Amino acid sequence: MLKINDLHASIEGNEILKGINLEIKPGEVHAIMGPNGSGKSTLSSVVAGREEYEVSKGTIDFEGEDLLDLDPEERAHKGIFLSFQYPIEIPGVSVTNFLKTAINETRKAKGEEAMPANIMLKKMREKMALLEMDKGFLSRSLNEGFSGGEKKRNEIFQMAMLEPKLAILDETDSGLDIDALRIVANGVNKLKSKDNAVLLITHYQRLLDYIVPDYVHVLYNGRIVKSGGKDLALQLEEKGYDWIKEEMAI
Amino acid sequence: MSSEEKLLEEVTGSEYKYGFYTDIESDKVPAGLSEDVIRIISAKKKEPQWMLDWRLDAFHKFNQMTEPDWANVTYQKPDLQAISFYSAPVQKKKLGSLDEVDPELLKTFEKLGISVDEQKRLTNVAIDVVVDSVSVATTFKKTLAEKGIIFCPISEAIQEHPELVKKYLGTVVPKTDNYYAALNSAVFTDGSFCYIPKGVKCPMELSTYFRINEGGTGQFERTLLIADEESYVSYLEGCTAPSRDENQLHAAVVELIAMDGAEIKYSTVQNWYPGDANGKGGVFNFVTKRGICEKNAKISWTQVETGSAVTWKYPSCILKGENSIGEFYSVAVTNNHQQADTGTKMIHLGKNTKSTIISKGICAGKSNGSYRGLVKIGPRAENARNFSQCDSLLMGSSCGSHTFPYIETQNKSAKVEHEATTSKIGEDQIFYCNQRGIGTEEAIALIVNGYCKDVLNQLPMEFAVEAQKLLAISLEGSVG
Ligand SMILES: Nc1ncnc2c1ncn2[C@@H]1O[C@H](COP(=O)(O)OP(=O)(O)OP(=O)(O)O)[C@@H](O)[C@H]1O
Ligand SMILES: [Mg+2]
Repeated sequence: MLKINDLHASIEGNEILKGINLEIKPGEVHAIMGPNGSGKSTLSSVVAGREEYEVSKGTIDFEGEDLLDLDPEERAHKGIFLSFQYPIEIPGVSVTNFLKTAINETRKAKGEEAMPANIMLKKMREKMALLEMDKGFLSRSLNEGFSGGEKKRNEIFQMAMLEPKLAILDETDSGLDIDALRIVANGVNKLKSKDNAVLLITHYQRLLDYIVPDYVHVLYNGRIVKSGGKDLALQLEEKGYDWIKEEMAI
Repeated sequence: MSSEEKLLEEVTGSEYKYGFYTDIESDKVPAGLSEDVIRIISAKKKEPQWMLDWRLDAFHKFNQMTEPDWANVTYQKPDLQAISFYSAPVQKKKLGSLDEVDPELLKTFEKLGISVDEQKRLTNVAIDVVVDSVSVATTFKKTLAEKGIIFCPISEAIQEHPELVKKYLGTVVPKTDNYYAALNSAVFTDGSFCYIPKGVKCPMELSTYFRINEGGTGQFERTLLIADEESYVSYLEGCTAPSRDENQLHAAVVELIAMDGAEIKYSTVQNWYPGDANGKGGVFNFVTKRGICEKNAKISWTQVETGSAVTWKYPSCILKGENSIGEFYSVAVTNNHQQADTGTKMIHLGKNTKSTIISKGICAGKSNGSYRGLVKIGPRAENARNFSQCDSLLMGSSCGSHTFPYIETQNKSAKVEHEATTSKIGEDQIFYCNQRGIGTEEAIALIVNGYCKDVLNQLPMEFAVEAQKLLAISLEGSVG
């Protein structure tokens, strides 16, 4: 599904990603862990197509197509979703209006008709129930005045509505309380299928207790320095990152 | 080139969508301004002597005035001797229905996406169509007549209801109020007149559709709206103009009278030709709009201004009666080389008077937008209240936005609150939208509409939709 090959990316002249290789197949859950500033959010931004980053080398292939040629909205239309580490506020634009626009623009890009309002509303109710959200959120300004946890839950709500093929969740767990973490993780699990994939970015094992990854990667200083199964995350939780640095002699 | 510059450059690529010229035979008075021209206008309209005298008086006063230059705009002053002050589409005969309207004209409306026929059918709106200063069609007159509502071209009102026109014309905006108001008083050719009788709630939105058509003609509309005691009316005014290279002068005067307990909602969507990307051409929009509120009366001005090269406009309320309320909701967009100096005046004279000002400026390209507002509390205005919120949204770094709030209070019990913010559309807001599948143009429209929500919410439904589209069109390609 997603194939990243020797990806180098920089911002304002600083190289942040220094040769990333990663392959994600349909049905898989991958987790990326790594110290602060190692480039996790940069990687997700580059995959999503943020223009501030310059890709100097490497390729990103999504379902046989070169992603780097596409605008961010085109990537979204292809089924790439990014749950932001820091969701953005858009004053005056309600959650409903935003989602309606997002869904219908995506449908338009695919040559489909706009989603009928009653079907959209039904779907919204369904997904809100799944994530145990209060329907009052729908009429509030997008992310404006939302608490940290509410913002994260709202990201997953959008994911549920947009039904992406590849969901990149950048520290969705941070800011969520214990119950919310369980609810949101449950939601993500329910939305999983053999046809879609999830890339989790996280610092803590607690999320991986709920959403169990098939692979865990350690990103350090712009490179994936170690990959393994779900046990790797447990090791990291216990020992931190120093042993990896030693092992890799970096 | 940075993405910002690139996007800014795209601004110049977005041409005025309504730029076309309808070929209708025109009956035009030779260019220039003189007593003779005023006599011709008055004679062409078969006006009574008192009206001609009124005009001539205004003209003599106008001759003693000079063009003001305090506004934060710079432009080449229009040469009044080069303007033709009267132009009316040549009509074969008096029109009974829209079917008889010149097909060229109907095509024009189609291009604008607003077919009069459709509007008539789909919306509950009576439209008094004003093309080049003369009304060519008036609809829904019957329904209104049953309620005793008068809604007609002002030239007709001068003939049919002289007592009302004589009594109120120039009472809110005196002839000598300002240079352009004086000019308008001397040469106004048409506009609308509306009277709502005591206790009547006007059952539909009244709408006038203004349009400048003939090249090189000025347009001097005069609107007089009288809401008698305890009546209600919502009035819509929408404007578009075809593109032209020479500047076109538009100097309108609107007078509103809200008697005891009456309420007037006056909404405007203004989309006249702003000039091209290099600042060439475009409409000069110098408008005087003012309303007076008697006891317990209320006037709300709502405006969405996206057009014109230079705008100079301050819809105002004189809150004369106690407990009267004035409101001003405004969105003013400037792009490319547009300049706008707009705002409001709230003059509190009566006790317990209240006013609200919500102004949203949006500047893109090399444009310049100013908010200029006056809140004046007179000595007898016990417990007067005002709340003002003036926000500006900047796109790119070549535009400018200014706020000039003036507050004068002569009564200690007054409470005046003023809030102001300046913000930019962030790249991260746009990226967030992009990531959800929303393209950049669409994202800007969404963000801007969100920013203007408090104002757009004040507009009647069908107008709000049109206004949203206009905002999107006028900002196409202007990300920064
Ligand atoms: N505009 C910029 N100019 C220079 N350096 C930048 C810029 N933006 C990001 N960086 C740097 O890139 C590095 C990677 O940042 P990134 O946000 O990808 O880290 P992260 O792995 O997501 O960290 P965290 O765990 O704290 O979220 C950081 O050192 C950051 O300071
Ligand atoms: Mg991060």
